[in-house]
Amino acid sequence: MAENTNGRALLTIDNLKMHFPIRKGVLRRIVGAVKAVDDVSFDIMPGETLGLVGESGCGKTTIGRCIVRAYTPTGGHILYGADDSGVDLARLEESNLKAYRRKIRMIFQDPYASLNPRMTVFDIVADPMRIHNIASGSELEDRVNTLLRQVGLRPEHMRRYPHAFSGGQRQRIGIARALALEPELVVADEAVSALDVSVRAQILNLMLQLQKDYNLTYLFISHDLSVVEYLADRVAVMYVGKLVEMAPTNELYNNPRHPYTEALLSAIPVPDPRRRSKRIVLEGDVADPANPPSGCYFHPRCPYAKERCRTETPHLRTVGPKHIAACHFAEELELTGIPPLED
Amino acid sequence: MDSGLPKKMADATGSEHVMPAQRLGVADEKESNVYVASQWKLMWWRFRKHRLAMFAAFVTLMIYMVAVFAEFFAPILPDRTSTQYTYAPPQTLILFDESGFNPHVFGYKSEVDPVALRRTFIIDPEQKIPVGLFVHGYEYNVLGLFPSDIHLIGPKDPVQPMYLLGADRLGRDVLSRMAHGTRISMSIGVVGVTISLVLGIILGGISGYYGGAVDNFIQRVIEFIRSLPTIPLWLGLGAALPVTWGPLQVYFAITIILSFIGWTGLARVVRGRFLTLREEDFVMAARLDGASQRKIMFEHMLPAFYSHIIASVTLSIPGTILAETALSFLGLGLRPPVVSWGVLLQEAQNVRSVATAPWLLVPALGVVVTVLALNFLGAGLRDAADPYA
Amino acid sequence: MENQEILLEVKNLRTYFMLDEGTVKAVDGVDFTVRRGTTIGIVGESGCGKSVTAMSILQLIDKPGRIVEGEILLNRGGADGITDLAKLSPGSMEMRMVRGDSIAMIFQEPMNSLSPVHTIGNQIIEAIELHRQMSKEDARNHAIEVLRLVGIPKPETRIDAYTFQLSGGMRQRAMIAMALSCNPLLLIADEPTTALDVTTQAQILELMKGLQNQMGMAVMLITHDLGVVAETCREIVVMYLGEVVEQSDVDSLFHDPKHPYTQALLRSIPRLGAGRTQQLNPIEGAVPDPFNRPTGCPFHPRCDQFMAGKCDVIHPDLIRLSDGRAVRCLLYETEGADHHG
Repeated sequence: MAENTNGRALLTIDNLKMHFPIRKGVLRRIVGAVKAVDDVSFDIMPGETLGLVGESGCGKTTIGRCIVRAYTPTGGHILYGADDSGVDLARLEESNLKAYRRKIRMIFQDPYASLNPRMTVFDIVADPMRIHNIASGSELEDRVNTLLRQVGLRPEHMRRYPHAFSGGQRQRIGIARALALEPELVVADEAVSALDVSVRAQILNLMLQLQKDYNLTYLFISHDLSVVEYLADRVAVMYVGKLVEMAPTNELYNNPRHPYTEALLSAIPVPDPRRRSKRIVLEGDVADPANPPSGCYFHPRCPYAKERCRTETPHLRTVGPKHIAACHFAEELELTGIPPLED
Repeated sequence: MDSGLPKKMADATGSEHVMPAQRLGVADEKESNVYVASQWKLMWWRFRKHRLAMFAAFVTLMIYMVAVFAEFFAPILPDRTSTQYTYAPPQTLILFDESGFNPHVFGYKSEVDPVALRRTFIIDPEQKIPVGLFVHGYEYNVLGLFPSDIHLIGPKDPVQPMYLLGADRLGRDVLSRMAHGTRISMSIGVVGVTISLVLGIILGGISGYYGGAVDNFIQRVIEFIRSLPTIPLWLGLGAALPVTWGPLQVYFAITIILSFIGWTGLARVVRGRFLTLREEDFVMAARLDGASQRKIMFEHMLPAFYSHIIASVTLSIPGTILAETALSFLGLGLRPPVVSWGVLLQEAQNVRSVATAPWLLVPALGVVVTVLALNFLGAGLRDAADPYA
Repeated sequence: MENQEILLEVKNLRTYFMLDEGTVKAVDGVDFTVRRGTTIGIVGESGCGKSVTAMSILQLIDKPGRIVEGEILLNRGGADGITDLAKLSPGSMEMRMVRGDSIAMIFQEPMNSLSPVHTIGNQIIEAIELHRQMSKEDARNHAIEVLRLVGIPKPETRIDAYTFQLSGGMRQRAMIAMALSCNPLLLIADEPTTALDVTTQAQILELMKGLQNQMGMAVMLITHDLGVVAETCREIVVMYLGEVVEQSDVDSLFHDPKHPYTQALLRSIPRLGAGRTQQLNPIEGAVPDPFNRPTGCPFHPRCDQFMAGKCDVIHPDLIRLSDGRAVRCLLYETEGADHHG
């Protein structure tokens, strides 16, 4: 839980921009840009889990990749460090990044593509430790041993190749690789989306357990709002490259202040036939981030859109305790969330 | 909350797996072998199931054996002429006679056709020429290292005639010339493709790894080269070689001419693999581990396409062999006294010689068998190349 | 519910894949019935055989797979009567007239089932002309009608669009339009919304519901998402490793699950609104590999009500319970015995 909200953030994203150029023609001239992430700001407190949700193409994965610096952002700042040593990762050269590559790790979505099929489990987990000169020889072996046991794998299988493991087990290997460097922040990009329902819960519980044991901070990126509710302390909602709402999990789910959040929540199929709710079905498709609509990007699909939404871009503002939303009518609208479940 | 989970999960891991042993056709092997099997092992297991490719691999191996130990397989010196036996037809090797195992061939009786004034040969069953295995013949150096005079097969008395595949216009032994021709033709295939490969990997790698303007430029160059009509280009370049050059110089010049076009195909394969691999999650994971560019290239990316490169190389050797044969056949490639299949086929250029001595076409059979074998082998390798697909 | 006429009855269906290395029993004894105009959900994790069941009904199993046993009785009513699809040869004229006409299918990935080189209009018109006597002109008009029906805006112009010009949701709509163009009696939807975003998924599910009311067809929805079945289906079949483990009406399944697998599955999914107060109880282990099926009950290695000496030895039969439900578990042996009929 984010008890220490008064403390310093571990990570502060400030006006982050990631624009991918669109090139056309033989000369590859730049004719426009896909604004995958456009002016996004938020912070993550040490030890908390921030859920980042949105539909495909909203830029949530791009943000994750900017934070681990798989991409170099085209604008803005990524300030890292809970103490005063705060460094702007967005500006660091590759050669100076190595120290942060230890502290910020990533868990990938696809347990098949993210493990090199030509390396044994031992090498996959040991490689980051070798690169950072953390351990070698028998000490390295011991550490891999411990790590595998921590993620629920049998250490005697460390000489096996990834093809010997099921999807859930591979995801555990990926988690062990992320933990190998004793990170502070773990970016989990759709970490359970590719797994079977019954295995998904295993991995979610493992992540919770590890967070407790190692005081990890998670940025949990997902399109699945029910999984995010289970894991996250706070949730940020994105739409077409912009942050539209952010609040503590219960607040956001019970009391959404942005029509898009409301629609997202109402669209989740609930596995309980007695709770079939009236669904808000949005018209049309997610806007094209290369050619977004005027004003509020959501206005063409918004059931509450007014003239002002067409012309004026809403900015994020505080609409409640620790609750921010980017909607002109956030205070006026009567939006429905998910009522707390009574058992 | 799930404190019991990891232990119990671990217990369950013994019974759950994704790639069953059976799917790889190794039901008989211990299952755990599959789990610790490297890429090459998995590839071999998969390749082994491909019967035709296995047979083609055997044939290819045999052909290369002949190429490497050509002298051992050649009964007599390939340039030894014999005015006595011009256009002598092939003899049949007979292994057994009344007295049991006694390999021999029959000698020739020559008659001169009084009308056509042409000499014709008749096999003479009266003359038995004893043939032996591992007989002593002309001297040579094995692999250029140590001297030997052992030959797989030959007449026990070196002066007696033995032409298992007949003789040519100058009475030279076609079998011996085939064996030496195999060496030249096969080596041109390998050397030519090696040059293509080096060029292809370097330029394709640069193109795929850096992308952008460099990629654009290299791709346009490749397109330009590929748009040139190959045969006239080869002919032009082949004809431009100075007549004064020695056989070795011509040999290398021809190989380089052939690889000039060959590299473009390989460069495209390498570039394509690089482009797809660059986006792979495990390559990004290696970057996030802090691995250096070098490490990513050599430990993560290259191993992922060694196997594809091997398959592509195998599939491009036949093209080089065919090109050399075509050039030499037209008299613009290798020239006598160098013996290659193309040079040998020059002998079979006119209808008259083919009509009187059809055995001169045997080198063509060699070309066909080699090209087919390499193609089947390449296809098998290509199918086995990605055991994780 | 019982008074509705049975449209499709699958009895003891077994579809095996004969590989060099052994036989994969992808579908191993599946029974269920689909009633006219209702929605039935087939739920299960990867490898449970739900998709193979659907493909078997349409006789779309490729070699080395084969239906080795069972009946698939399609009741088309009227003069056609009841046909056993399992007896028809996959390439026969009769089977081809069933596919796309009486039974249509939509898939998870529309890009794989729509041709990229033909306009969506041409593909729909082709389907219509194959099954209906209609002039080119009428077929085109009909195609525009179905495109309008599935909510594609400006169908008069979109009919000439290629698939790559459409968004994911629109493609799925186009595929539904193609499936519905011949008014099928049964629509089989194999993970129709899995590749879509939540809001688009909501659109497609609403659309399918609306179309079903309008056209009166039965829908067989194949999915791994328990939320989707809870919201759309009346009857649910739960599959595990090629077998039906439980069959029930939707309300009982979610509020009184019988089979330990169903119970465990429901405990392992996060419930919306429960927040962080809830506990997820995962099912241990993973779905076994089809070459190494456990002995006895296929679920026993992961079952929390495992009875040693029983579950790992005896393979349970599907037991019919008094309320029309069925469960394949030894825990209900005595219950079933009274009502077995």
